[in-house]
Amino acid sequence: MTTGLRYVYAVCRPFDAALQSQLTGVAGVPPKLLSHHGLIAVLSEVPECDFAEEPLRAHLEDLDWLSATARAHQGVIDALTTVTTPLPLRLGTVFRDDSGVRTMIEAREDGFRRTLDRLEGRVEWGVKVYLDAGTAVPEKPSAKAVSGREYLRQRRMRTRSRDEMWQNAETFAQGLHEALSGRAEDFRLHAPQDSALSGAAGRNVMNAAYLVPRGESEEFVELVDGTKDAKDDTPGLRVELTGPWAPYSFTGESGESGGEGPA
Amino acid sequence: MTVVERREVALVDLLDRLLAGGVVITGDLTLRIADVDLVRIDLNALISSVNENVPPPWEEAP
Repeated sequence: MTTGLRYVYAVCRPFDAALQSQLTGVAGVPPKLLSHHGLIAVLSEVPECDFAEEPLRAHLEDLDWLSATARAHQGVIDALTTVTTPLPLRLGTVFRDDSGVRTMIEAREDGFRRTLDRLEGRVEWGVKVYLDAGTAVPEKPSAKAVSGREYLRQRRMRTRSRDEMWQNAETFAQGLHEALSGRAEDFRLHAPQDSALSGAAGRNVMNAAYLVPRGESEEFVELVDGTKDAKDDTPGLRVELTGPWAPYSFTGESGESGGEGPA
Repeated sequence: MTVVERREVALVDLLDRLLAGGVVITGDLTLRIADVDLVRIDLNALISSVNENVPPPWEEAP
């Protein structure tokens, strides 16, 4: 009976260490390793009723399902990251059977090897800058406007200081990006996140990913931490650091722009 | 206002990477489900979910 499809998380080189025995992947299925042509595909056998094209599409509309699946996928990638440098595949990469996975490896092996060489020992750090203009500039005049003229004056001042703040935020983000990209091997500027999606306070003015050798991560993080002082003169600015991630944003072959993130 | 935060990974950061990053494999043997239009579907799901629960108070553009 071959009802199980193959959900592939990542491709990597053979590694010695064992994965955590408790590790479960998507659909609660432990991941296993499929070795072919000197490469390893990390996959789970998943039920066709959930992962065939139609049911998968339907599931992806279900935020709870998407969230659980994304976290399970990430759990496997995280576990792999502790023992090797995995080349993560996009969420929802499913094959009919092992033979489909092998054929895919054969078709892509040269590219996989080049990319794995390039990314070996590297991790990705995410850095976002937010400006919470609402906090920095009160929406309403602090004192009641005494006249129409006074009201307009206050309004103009708010607008002006708002513009100034956006400019300061831009300048800050640019400076930060220059400093960080100087310490990174590569970077991607992703589209800023919509605050309606992230639920984060303020507006996301920069959403960047940096490729950093694992051994230099500490310095990189310190550099981000060190920006505290620089942004003191612009209230409402916030810097968020996420990572270390597997190098998701850098899996494109060199020269590609690395996915949909507009530059 | 000057804190560098390191919280539990937010879903949106996760999806930024899992749906927009990673190696895209297309070919006859895949089910062709790892493609760009999924990002749109998923973001629609996110938007509708967010709107249901939390009407964002920061709609106003700068």
